[in-house]
Amino acid sequence: MAVLDLVQEVLAGQDPAGLLPARQQMALSLGWHIVLASFGVAFPAMIFVAHWRGVYRDDANALTLAQRWAKVSAVLFAIGAVSGTVLSFEMGLLWPGLMGPFGDVLGLPFAFEGLSFFTEAIFLGIYLYGWGRMPPRLHLLMILPMAVAGVVGTYCVVAVNAWMNMPVGFAIEGGEVVDIRPWEVLFNPGAILQFAHMWVAAYMVVGFLVAGVYAAGMLRGRRNRHHRLGFTMAFVFASVAAVIQPFVGHLLGLRIATRQPAKLAAFELATTTESPSPLRLGGLLVDGEVRYSLDIPYLGSIIARNSFTKPVVGLDEIPVADQPPINITHVAFQTMVGIGTLLAVAVVVYWFARWRGWDLLANRWMLRAAVAAGPLALIALEAGWIATEVGRQPWVVYDVLRTADAAGDNPDLWILLVATTILYTALTIGAITVLRSMSRRWRAGEEDLPSPYGPELQEPGVDERPVGS
Amino acid sequence: MTLQVAVAAALFVGVVAYALFGGADFGSGFYDLTAGGARRGAELRTLVDHSIGPVWEANHVWLIYVLVMWWTGFPQSFASAMNTLILPMLFALLGIVLRGSAFAFRKFAPTMSQARLYGTVFAGSSLITPFFLGTVAGAIASGRVPAQGRGDLWTSWLNPTSILGGIIAVGTCAFLGGVFLTADADRGGHAALADSLRLRTLAVGVATGVVVFAALVPIAQDSPTLAAGLEGRAAPLIVASALAGAGTLVLLFRRRYSPARVTAVVAVASVVTGWGVGQYPWLLVDQVRIEDGAGADATLVGLLVVVGLAAVLVVPPLVYLFRLTQSQEWTRG
Repeated sequence: MAVLDLVQEVLAGQDPAGLLPARQQMALSLGWHIVLASFGVAFPAMIFVAHWRGVYRDDANALTLAQRWAKVSAVLFAIGAVSGTVLSFEMGLLWPGLMGPFGDVLGLPFAFEGLSFFTEAIFLGIYLYGWGRMPPRLHLLMILPMAVAGVVGTYCVVAVNAWMNMPVGFAIEGGEVVDIRPWEVLFNPGAILQFAHMWVAAYMVVGFLVAGVYAAGMLRGRRNRHHRLGFTMAFVFASVAAVIQPFVGHLLGLRIATRQPAKLAAFELATTTESPSPLRLGGLLVDGEVRYSLDIPYLGSIIARNSFTKPVVGLDEIPVADQPPINITHVAFQTMVGIGTLLAVAVVVYWFARWRGWDLLANRWMLRAAVAAGPLALIALEAGWIATEVGRQPWVVYDVLRTADAAGDNPDLWILLVATTILYTALTIGAITVLRSMSRRWRAGEEDLPSPYGPELQEPGVDERPVGS
Repeated sequence: MTLQVAVAAALFVGVVAYALFGGADFGSGFYDLTAGGARRGAELRTLVDHSIGPVWEANHVWLIYVLVMWWTGFPQSFASAMNTLILPMLFALLGIVLRGSAFAFRKFAPTMSQARLYGTVFAGSSLITPFFLGTVAGAIASGRVPAQGRGDLWTSWLNPTSILGGIIAVGTCAFLGGVFLTADADRGGHAALADSLRLRTLAVGVATGVVVFAALVPIAQDSPTLAAGLEGRAAPLIVASALAGAGTLVLLFRRRYSPARVTAVVAVASVVTGWGVGQYPWLLVDQVRIEDGAGADATLVGLLVVVGLAAVLVVPPLVYLFRLTQSQEWTRG
């Protein structure tokens, strides 16, 4: 353990022994879950549209897409459910200092989230197993509660996060948390915009990822209607989201100047208060000085404050003990904004070209770009989440509870972190293997995948053949 | 009933529901694990896949419900329990993660050998999860979770009451799972499979019944407060559990699988409720009473609103889902 102790000392200094591993553990499991959560939010609506088209326009390709997307969502929802469970355990295991005093403050949104998760799980069961077993139009309706519940659940979880950024609904007297108003937490003023940003992000990530799958298929020469339709439907979702997102993000950013100046200073890499502030592209803070950045005058004030003169408050006005890790926050923020802008421009160009009658799906470079858009959107999502979470540090509840005070004093959490990393790696490999095998078998013409160990396999000597072949 | 007790009761309804519905799913893992080689076990494993596939996620949500109700309604005791019982909680969590993902992966596994690997992981973790959750229940019921701070990391859950709690949890899950699988097999027209499941469920049922009642002796030594409750206020429930359990065995023996599901549910529900009534009014036995451990009143009222909404919004579709899966129509194919 000597090495671990040393690492601990170097990385965490005087913080409680549980702080750094707890943060890393939370970052790993949340960063992983957020991808699956995005699918839980955006996929049902996409499946609904495909399924609706299949049923009401008698479009066999659309119906096939809906059916396959539903099967993919079954796998993703399953691991999303378990990784979400991990998070609910971790809230208590890693952050006793938050959940003990504040559990009854922040808990109500989670209770509503539980309610919507319940709805999702029930209707997913009905929907998945209803294929071929229910009247088509009734069956189609079964996915709507899932779509709605996904949205409500996202709102609730984001409401808690928004509350951590802008805490309301309680008072502190003599070190005790009193006067608790849980409904104010659920409907806290920060929640709507932050939710909108996350919701739209989910559509960007899922839309671009799914479209990318069909773009990759077209690159490999599978240029049938199935692929074109699959691409277009997903791409429409992604496009709408990508165009809306910069506006939502901008509105959200305006609030930070007054609510969390330290976070904004880190976003903008503002070492001193300048009026008007420039926009810094790139750059790192090295020994207290900004290096390698491209400064555009005025633009910082315009973007962050909607003004030609209002300044971005500089880090020099914020005590060092209250500053977040500057470089991580800045780089994450700029990565998110950079990719978001790129994707927004790209989709506008695509639809403009299509409107002018150019068939971009015949262009290999365009298809390659479409394949890249999925991972890029994913990076933007993770970067945005890092920006908001790391940017809130050193607070877990802004201006109320420091992260160090929320963490337990448990050095063994390092072992847990290693184990979790291994486990999540294995889960990721498993999920990718299984999803690839599904698509391979669909290409081979097997639509209904049989149950494991199916009776088909009972002839001798076929053990290593794909299940159901 | 006070506000605090109402919320505790609502929380406990979640515990019972998880023990019943989640328990039946976990129990299916026991038969999956012991179904034999790939070829011999194919029919049973297909049955497991069909019967828990549509419902396991909904059944799993009861656990989330319990956790959320606990940390919101009784935050300090949640933090203490998590602090003290970090090890069994983590092992149970590991089982939950492996089980859910392996079950989903198995269905779509690319090769037979991978399906087998995922299947083993699914079935194995179906046993470890109830065991460790059972030890957690035992730790709380035997008064080993302190009100504040951290109890012993090991002896808090490695003690007679916890170990027996774990074994009883595994046994009751396997018993429930067996009864439901037998009924499913029979309804699906798999007569031979139903017969073999019937015998194994009978064996599991007898063994579990013996453990539950034999456990009362060491528990009386180890956890006097709980034992006093079990022999006092909860005694009618324990008797009801014994009767319903015996009735289930008789019904199984006489191949009356459909009513056996009802008595099995009653037997397990009574034994779990017996534990809850037995430890009342303690939230953490001998440490914190329900009244003292509760969070803010406004939050408790909010939780009851959620529970009311759940009764209106969630229960009807849940019943619909169960009705579909337990009906002839969906069993085919």
